[in-house]
Amino acid sequence: MAKGIWVFVEQRDGKVRKVTYELLSEGRKIVDNFGGELAAVLVGSNVSDMAASFGEYGADKVYVVDRPELANYTTDGYSNVLAELIKKYEPAVVLLGCTLGGRDLSAMVAQKVNTGLLTDCTDMYLEDGNLVFVRPIYAGKALTKVCCLDTSPIMATIRPNVFAVSEPQAGRAAEVIKEDVPPGDIRQIIKEVVMQISTRPELTEANVVVSGGRGLKGPEGFALLEQLADVLGAAIGASRAAVDAGWIPHSLQVGQTGKTVSPVLYIACGISGAIQHLAGMSSSKCIVAINKDPEANIFKVADYGIVGDLFDVVPILTEELKKVLAS
Amino acid sequence: MKIVVCLKQVFDTEAKITLDASGQINKQGVTLIINPYDEYSVEEALRLKEKYKGEVTVITVGSDEAQSALRQALAMGADKAVLVNPGDIELDEYATSIILAKAISTLEYDLVFGGYMAIDDGSSQVAARVADLLGLPLVNTVTKLEVADGKAVATHDIDGGSEVVEVPLPAMITSQVGLNEPRYPSMKGIMQAKKKPMTKLSLADLGLDASQVKPKVKPLSYFLPSPRQAGRIIPGEPAEAVAELVKALREEAKVI
Repeated sequence: MAKGIWVFVEQRDGKVRKVTYELLSEGRKIVDNFGGELAAVLVGSNVSDMAASFGEYGADKVYVVDRPELANYTTDGYSNVLAELIKKYEPAVVLLGCTLGGRDLSAMVAQKVNTGLLTDCTDMYLEDGNLVFVRPIYAGKALTKVCCLDTSPIMATIRPNVFAVSEPQAGRAAEVIKEDVPPGDIRQIIKEVVMQISTRPELTEANVVVSGGRGLKGPEGFALLEQLADVLGAAIGASRAAVDAGWIPHSLQVGQTGKTVSPVLYIACGISGAIQHLAGMSSSKCIVAINKDPEANIFKVADYGIVGDLFDVVPILTEELKKVLAS
Repeated sequence: MKIVVCLKQVFDTEAKITLDASGQINKQGVTLIINPYDEYSVEEALRLKEKYKGEVTVITVGSDEAQSALRQALAMGADKAVLVNPGDIELDEYATSIILAKAISTLEYDLVFGGYMAIDDGSSQVAARVADLLGLPLVNTVTKLEVADGKAVATHDIDGGSEVVEVPLPAMITSQVGLNEPRYPSMKGIMQAKKKPMTKLSLADLGLDASQVKPKVKPLSYFLPSPRQAGRIIPGEPAEAVAELVKALREEAKVI
């Protein structure tokens, strides 16, 4: 780890995604045990003021590229900048969150710096002096341990929620290094950005996910889940059946052709548990299933199951949680 | 309009994954399909062809077995297929991208499509790498696409929302769920597909040798996740069961 670990800071309008802190926390542990330094890489516009704060999360250095052309994320702009920084400083390891943005950026940068990339990793550790990664394949139906072969840097994207965020150390300083890297020719012209106006956490990063399937019988069923999700501060998810029926947008589908989630608590309502769905949520820490059919597959993976009509059970659960969480 | 679609043959989503005696993923008896995200790309390319005329070429890197995926795309309506069979060598995404880019560079194209990720390795990087190698602007996770006047205007998923992006052609577009509903091949399409051209290329045909496609990442081992223990069904009337559940979540699982 002689040249250290870099963590790319994923931020939008100055708001940093939790996965960035997760990676800094885990990166800190690795450099503490094996030497080297930990750096955060912050790219954007008007972001310099926030640079020093990454010291509190374990960064020794923060590389900052602050330019007006980088106000919005674009594949060209951000990948040009990150690739140039990597070529200049030659870090040993570059980590990004496995978000949509992290997937987009990491692949382009990996090619620009001519290196390998391990995506969607759920673990990383040193083994015989080599950094190895674990990644789910076939949507989690199997796993593989992988390493990079004589290629530098080692690049990986790490799934959100797999590493804990360490307690920030107030006042811990990082050296801020400003770099003025031109973003090059940006060919993606952003015409419009539509952020979902939602107080809900993003599905792939949520600690709690309340998910619904065919058993909800229609879009109205999701209104019930919304109430439950409100109480828990949860994200809403859905099985493919509910998405295909048009009850809820594609973007909320959990499963092999949807999103993979790893929350602390996953509540599956009216979901039978098709193998494709299970693939997307079986790394949840605790699974609760509510389904009328006692034979449903979902009960084979659930930690707790209630056999019953979700239209009876969910409102009671919502009320009960309201009481308990208020106390 | 000339369109190239990169596709990958993958295990069916219902496939049960097992390991063989040597610890590798067991491929025996598994149904193979076009990667679903790539199938959206085939469909989108066909719709553009129907609108603007032109030609759709589907391309894959794989063994002869992958011809069935190409044939299916031809049956859907693609015009030509290219199979690059690299022979018995290990490939990673880097190597696959070098091969694809080299093969695509011999074709004419206004647009190149791919799925935003493959459902087998989940890696979502080949399209970006190919885009970089070919010098194409990339838009990932596209759910709506309009092409006109030498430009593509794509609505695509971003974390927490969506964005409309314009790029000049030629461009690389990757498909996301929601872009369209892929058509089923018609009987006529299936019959016609048999007569459509399928070009088979080796690495040597592309002027590549094994040293140029040396992988950069290496799988060390494969393993299956430890099966989740089925937990317990909480009996009783809804109110009782819910009270018990909430208690368990709090005191036993400690998740709320």
